[in-house]
Amino acid sequence: MTTSAQGRNGAIQVTGEVIGLRRAGEYHVLTLTAGGIPDLTRPGHFVALSVGGPESSMLLRRAFSIYSVQSRGVYGGTLEIVFATQGKGTEWLSRLHRHDTVDIVGPLGRPFALPKEPVSCVLVAGGYGSAPMFSLADALRARGCRVDVVLGASTEGKLFGVLDAKRIAATLTITTDDGSLGEHGRVTDALPAVLKRTDADVVYACGPMPMLRAVAEVASQHGAYSQCAVEESMACGIGVCMTCVLPVMGDDGVTRMLRSCVDGPVFRGDRVRWDEVGTIPEGTLGAPVSGGH
Amino acid sequence: MTRAVITHGPRPDAAAEVPDVDMTTYLAGLELPSPVLTASGCAAAGRELDQFFDITTIGAIVTKSIMLNPRSGRPTPRMAETPSGMLNSIGLQGPGIDAFLDKDLEWLRARGARAVVSIAGGSVDEYTRLASKLRHVSDVAAIEVNISCPNVEDRGLVFACQAASAADVISAVRRNTNPGVPVLAKLSPDVTDIVEIARAVVDAGADGLSMINTLLGMVIDTDTMRPALAGITGGLSGPAIRPVAVRCVYQVHAAMPDVPILGMGGIRTGLDALEFVLAGASAVSVGTATFHDPSTPARVARELAVALAERGFERFEDAVGHAHRAPDPAPAPGGPVAGHGHLTDDLEPDTAVEAGVEG
Repeated sequence: MTTSAQGRNGAIQVTGEVIGLRRAGEYHVLTLTAGGIPDLTRPGHFVALSVGGPESSMLLRRAFSIYSVQSRGVYGGTLEIVFATQGKGTEWLSRLHRHDTVDIVGPLGRPFALPKEPVSCVLVAGGYGSAPMFSLADALRARGCRVDVVLGASTEGKLFGVLDAKRIAATLTITTDDGSLGEHGRVTDALPAVLKRTDADVVYACGPMPMLRAVAEVASQHGAYSQCAVEESMACGIGVCMTCVLPVMGDDGVTRMLRSCVDGPVFRGDRVRWDEVGTIPEGTLGAPVSGGH
Repeated sequence: MTRAVITHGPRPDAAAEVPDVDMTTYLAGLELPSPVLTASGCAAAGRELDQFFDITTIGAIVTKSIMLNPRSGRPTPRMAETPSGMLNSIGLQGPGIDAFLDKDLEWLRARGARAVVSIAGGSVDEYTRLASKLRHVSDVAAIEVNISCPNVEDRGLVFACQAASAADVISAVRRNTNPGVPVLAKLSPDVTDIVEIARAVVDAGADGLSMINTLLGMVIDTDTMRPALAGITGGLSGPAIRPVAVRCVYQVHAAMPDVPILGMGGIRTGLDALEFVLAGASAVSVGTATFHDPSTPARVARELAVALAERGFERFEDAVGHAHRAPDPAPAPGGPVAGHGHLTDDLEPDTAVEAGVEG
């Protein structure tokens, strides 16, 4: 049987049914029935979907942050993901109809770590990297944390969740590269002022690698702890393919190539060797002594 | 188990009863209750997949190839999707044999799963030392020797691609490990004559053959106009390579019918597995399909049992190599006989079409 949670992470595999697919700016929001997955989901978890149907020639799973979950309702447990059409797999998803089915594995990965004290938190997201931030904000607010949000994108249509953010944030700062909405520039241009104003203790971030790298740096400069959810390409999402690795320094000071799917996707921003993502940094555990292998 | 759980199962037939076929198989003296195993590099050391099916029910977990020392693997990108397949260039990332034995093998032992340990090295000496490390380890069901590695002492030529160096590795492993543990040589399809390599490793002491490893391939990203993988080339796997794998198994079984074969390469369904069995495989490994659907090994085992029952087999073993046997006699007396006119002349066109659709 494939539906019982036996393992340490408790991921399960279910056949989801499409409840709805709607446009949100330049993105799509897909709502699926998801059996027992919503009950197990915490902010920062992701799901891996198979694409193309049972006979698909596309073998690799597509990983998506979970935007929202509903444990029970008319359809039982449901979940929502946000995606941009970037290739054949997401194009297939964008053509789904109500009642079509999609194989879902989840919840996967390590979720965001939540503070024990009611501290001040800033949530930073680029593009649809904001998807996991709204459930995170709810969880933080339930713990009495102050939540401020910074959303950025290249242009207005690529912002996701502006209305959600207004609802949950003490303050919302928006940046666009082209100035079409909010401040002209990048999230990291606006971030230092927000961190200072809110006296932030923790920064949570999700978005493209260069953004995460910059956010982690700004957070460190302000003495804030950062939690970054990375976007690495994955084949399986469950920890067996070893394709989604990045160099991360451990408590022992040793850098290891960690899997974003099971050791992440959320990492401490000060532990990821951002400048060396895509390489095997010298001194990494098991790195070639000279030349490659 | 509640009804709701079953309703949300991944396949409608997930709870279907498995037919009464004796699925026991013997792989080089190793008795396995199921002929379906995982494939090396596609199941880590079993723990992750145990979330999705009971790993003690399949034949064995074939662990990711382990080397003597910890290894970081190659930089990313490490994979590219291809039509019905994928290209990978992981570079054998792993914790090294000592940590593997302490943690991974120990976990498999405690879990009660059978473990086929895959080893890889860069020199004959490294394989020798790996084999020696495994010599006194209990609960190793078999050793699979991944010889598709570059030989650092011979211009980086891949061991598996030359009969002599392939044989050197296998003979070193066979001499240095527990004689009671079967040694399987994993062959590369990237050779001119796979039968020649197969003979060489069997003569060197291999108890069985695993075939096939990935095919060397390459993808160029047309946006960056550069190779898609950091490692430039990678191993092609998935259903795209299945016909190549079936051909290799068939050729080697034809040449050496007594040598047990663990067949792999693109198996996704029970019928895919059946092709390998009919070609001569005594067991099969499910690899890349596990990335697509983590419950594939258990599903393939169920589907294979159903497929065998539907074809009248009461024992799995009876199907091994069946494709090599003379065709079954004509089903109906008085039916068309080869050489006596054209077959189609004797059939109504509609009947022919129908037969084609049904068959």
